[in-house]
Amino acid sequence: MKKISLKNDYVATLLFAIVVLFAPIWLSPFGANYPDLLQKFAIFGIFALGYNLLFGATGYLSFGHAAFLGIGSYTAVWCFKLFTMNILPAIIMSTLVSGVFALLIGYICLRRSGIYFSILTLAFAQMAYSLAYSVLTPITNGETGLQLTMQDPRYVDAMVGVVVQDGLPSTNLFGLSVNGYSGFYICAVVLILAFFVSLKIFRSPYGLKLAAIKSNQVRMQYTGFNTRPYLISVFVISGMFAGLAGGLLAAIDPLAGAERMQWTASGEIVLMTILGGAGTLIGPLLGVMVIKYFENIFSAINESVLHDAFSFLPDTIENVIVAVTHVFVGEGWHLSLGLIFVLVVTFLPGGIMQALSILTRRYKQFRSGTNSTSESETDSQGEQK
Amino acid sequence: MSSLLQIKGVNKAFGGLNALTDINLEIEEGGIHAIIGPNGAGKSTLLNCCIGRLMPDTGSVTFNGHDMVGMPPHDINHAGMVRVFQTPEIFPSLSLLANVMLPAFAQRDGVFKFNPFSSLYAEKEIRDKAMEELKNVGLENSFREKAETISRGDKRRLELAMGLVQKPKLLLLDEPTAGMARLDTNKTIDLLLEIKKTGVTKVIIEHDMHVVFSLADKISVLAQGAIIAEGKPEEIKGNPIVIEAYLGGEVG
Repeated sequence: MKKISLKNDYVATLLFAIVVLFAPIWLSPFGANYPDLLQKFAIFGIFALGYNLLFGATGYLSFGHAAFLGIGSYTAVWCFKLFTMNILPAIIMSTLVSGVFALLIGYICLRRSGIYFSILTLAFAQMAYSLAYSVLTPITNGETGLQLTMQDPRYVDAMVGVVVQDGLPSTNLFGLSVNGYSGFYICAVVLILAFFVSLKIFRSPYGLKLAAIKSNQVRMQYTGFNTRPYLISVFVISGMFAGLAGGLLAAIDPLAGAERMQWTASGEIVLMTILGGAGTLIGPLLGVMVIKYFENIFSAINESVLHDAFSFLPDTIENVIVAVTHVFVGEGWHLSLGLIFVLVVTFLPGGIMQALSILTRRYKQFRSGTNSTSESETDSQGEQK
Repeated sequence: MSSLLQIKGVNKAFGGLNALTDINLEIEEGGIHAIIGPNGAGKSTLLNCCIGRLMPDTGSVTFNGHDMVGMPPHDINHAGMVRVFQTPEIFPSLSLLANVMLPAFAQRDGVFKFNPFSSLYAEKEIRDKAMEELKNVGLENSFREKAETISRGDKRRLELAMGLVQKPKLLLLDEPTAGMARLDTNKTIDLLLEIKKTGVTKVIIEHDMHVVFSLADKISVLAQGAIIAEGKPEEIKGNPIVIEAYLGGEVG
């Protein structure tokens, strides 16, 4: 009989699925249970999973992954405009189109490694961003952003006889609305699939070879591997994940703008991955949650909310505390995020995942210290590899 | 007579310095061939010319019928020539087992194989092979540990296992005992003698005479970029030119 453990890919995915699908319940104490934010968690989670396959596994730091997110979004909106409002073809197309672009860009950028690779990817992403605003305006609609109009042909929808009564039609998955919680569950299912793929890759011989490239690329070559196809293929896979995330972003809100491709967006995914723990399976997802939580919840806290929170204190103390803390919330959420990032990188270079593994080790030591019957060694490696 | 590696008329200069002058060397199949020489004699340059890291200015390096000059390292590996480095080149962040499994994968899968959906846990054959090789070098008990945590001597043994798991035609060992304590050196000599029985051809670059005379079947002596003597260990031991190169060179 097979042992049920996290080493089994299906068991791990099932566990992950349960956690994700019940997210609305366990996130509500944090005030994060509203569909828009949940959707963002899931979509950027897919983006981060893909980014982690490149950066986490091989150590190649791409500074231009937002380009694929943008390309995915534009592709999806064009699919809505030209063919159908059903999101399934749109997200498939955005994955594939991003994959093609990733192949082209990766083929060139991966001629170099280290900082030169990072700069090349950054250059390509900035180029995509500038082109979207200038010569590619017919495709991207420039600063206004690409959006749906009443005149869109939607050939496939027209063929099957979907009639639009009044206003713009909305995106759907075979009639299922992508707004609100159903939208979250659609994104969640895609996230679970993406997790499964990423898990499989991490636990395959192919994944081991990627980890070995990160560990010692020159040795890989002398061991008899041509590292270039490994790097290009994982760059393409990671670009496809980003394209899928971009497609989903466009699916929940059919509007694509070039700002999605700006370098800040590329930087954000790097922050998320490092904050959570690059190279671990779920670390990047935790990073996404922390950053998106700050962006959406912390930024919404203003002075009056703070005054309410500290109203139990005497007025003078309350005013002092509010004066100090309001710098870190609301508009100042970047400041708190920056501080957290600095602290994490300085003291926990392995990110949140490192903190968790230290805590579990301490807990185990504590347990074995008090309990003389030794704990059976559970494989904590299984979670990561 | 079949020679596995043929080095013909190799010259290599760095700027005005002639590192190698007209090197002719034939490595025959089987046994251990040592290349010795004082520091700066050109041993490492010669080795780097063999494995494609350096391009000789003139001359040719032929291995098992393949022209080695300008061949990328992964193709040299698949031609059957494997190098064990002077400073241990391992995968520090991976487990010992993974370190040995990787070359075994290279042997089976070739330079590139895209199999992201097959499970690592299902690769029992590769795993057993790697464990077997770890056992041969005496590291089977620490197979779970990360390679960066083991001692320098163990790292070199690990690298030996990584080379041997590929069943190479020719194993190039660059100073296998450099920087080792005497005890470790003797352990490594025993290990190499053990491996000698398997019939893998080996070339050892070394300046430790103790190691060379306990292992080699044939010795070539390199001094100032040229081969000054070649022969069996007994012949080399008493050769006045060699003694001159070693002692005279170091004293004067």
